[in-house]
Amino acid sequence: MRSLSVIWAIFVKDLRVEWRNRETLAPMCVFGLLVVFLFNFAFETAHEETLRLLPGLLWIAFAFSGILAFNRSFAAERENACLEGMLLAPIDPSAIFVGKLLANLVFLGVTEAVIVFAAAVWYNFSFLPSLGDFALILFFGTLGYAALGTIFGGVAANTRMREVMLPVLQFPVAFWVLILGMDATSDALRGAARGDIARGVLRVAGVSLIYAVVSFLLFEYVLEE
Amino acid sequence: MPADAASAKPILELRGVSKYYGDLVALRHVELRVEPGDAVLLYGPNGAGKTTLLRTMAALSRPTEGEVLFNGEDIHRNAGLSKARVGFVSHTTFLYGELTGRENLRFAGTLFGLRDLERKIDRALDLFAVRERASEPVRGLSRGLQQRVSLARAFLHDPDFLLLDEPFTGLDAAAVESLETILRRLPSERKAIIFSNHDFEQGVALSRRLVALERGRLRYDGPLSLAPLESLGIAPAGKSQA
Repeated sequence: MRSLSVIWAIFVKDLRVEWRNRETLAPMCVFGLLVVFLFNFAFETAHEETLRLLPGLLWIAFAFSGILAFNRSFAAERENACLEGMLLAPIDPSAIFVGKLLANLVFLGVTEAVIVFAAAVWYNFSFLPSLGDFALILFFGTLGYAALGTIFGGVAANTRMREVMLPVLQFPVAFWVLILGMDATSDALRGAARGDIARGVLRVAGVSLIYAVVSFLLFEYVLEE
Repeated sequence: MPADAASAKPILELRGVSKYYGDLVALRHVELRVEPGDAVLLYGPNGAGKTTLLRTMAALSRPTEGEVLFNGEDIHRNAGLSKARVGFVSHTTFLYGELTGRENLRFAGTLFGLRDLERKIDRALDLFAVRERASEPVRGLSRGLQQRVSLARAFLHDPDFLLLDEPFTGLDAAAVESLETILRRLPSERKAIIFSNHDFEQGVALSRRLVALERGRLRYDGPLSLAPLESLGIAPAGKSQA
């Protein structure tokens, strides 16, 4: 029970800090919108080509926007050594991971909603027919990606070139969740057979859960000096 | 070490603690025992290892060699129990600039699992006369007021053992007097304090024991009255080291 209250306190604290300084969500959304906007100009596509390009475009936008969130997630903790302040308390370090992961999920979720809406408008594409499957793929894919981002954000926070270090660490490891996410999204958006879509969702969920569990278990070591 | 130290049960004990950062030796084979009611001044020039020593005792840093025992148990093996009883004030405030002082304390209190939290927050804020400004975001407070909130944070869970790294930094005269009064009172409540302070005279007035460090080595550990100040490179009264 105490761990839950600690996780909740960290989650609410992160949201409150973001609400007051607006340093994470706004840049994430603007960055995601820019990616969608630039792709729109780069590839003036017919509807069939849109269907081919859209999954990749969306996941690239999510991935790059996410990097901003993960960098900011620990930037606030670095200031005034607040992370150390948390470590002075008798708490399980993994509670810090879960609290920050939840906050990152909220930031990514909001950004993804904005990006998907913008993509729907600019590419004149309706996500409604596949919304359920697409939402499931997004949820699991985001979970895995955010879990990696949270742990690598913690690693990068202790390095000098942290803004550069985070994507260098994150992208090679997140490769699988991004590729499987694109693949599953492609199946869902083009209305593939139910079995194919279900397999895609399961693959994304499986990889993401592995990433989440491993990140959870290793986070304690990231906090060590 | 004080004469009667060997017989008393230490609240904290360092056994052969060394700390290396690559080739840099921050602490070298430090042996230290702190008992309840001890008031220890940690003194030394810049880079002597004071902050590293305090961080090691707060379980924020693992020694490269040796062990740190809290009530006889390894501080890292039983970190929860020791952390619940230690209060730490650092050069940095551990405060979130976007949150108010009260919100910062509420957050810290939740992490410590404190009951009756609002009353404890009020008490800690009153202790450092910062309650009136507690509803303002910390970022907007002066360094001195931030230091008071930071001190309130360290005292919030009523710790038995206080580690204070330059606790007077930024405080105005009234706050200094208030903190001095508190630090004088704590040993009588069987609470142990270790604090570093660049103003040696002020430190002397608040402690009975001196631990002098130089380049990570323990140069002296004993009663202040017996400390060989000149050989430790500590200037006599009126010429305290900066």
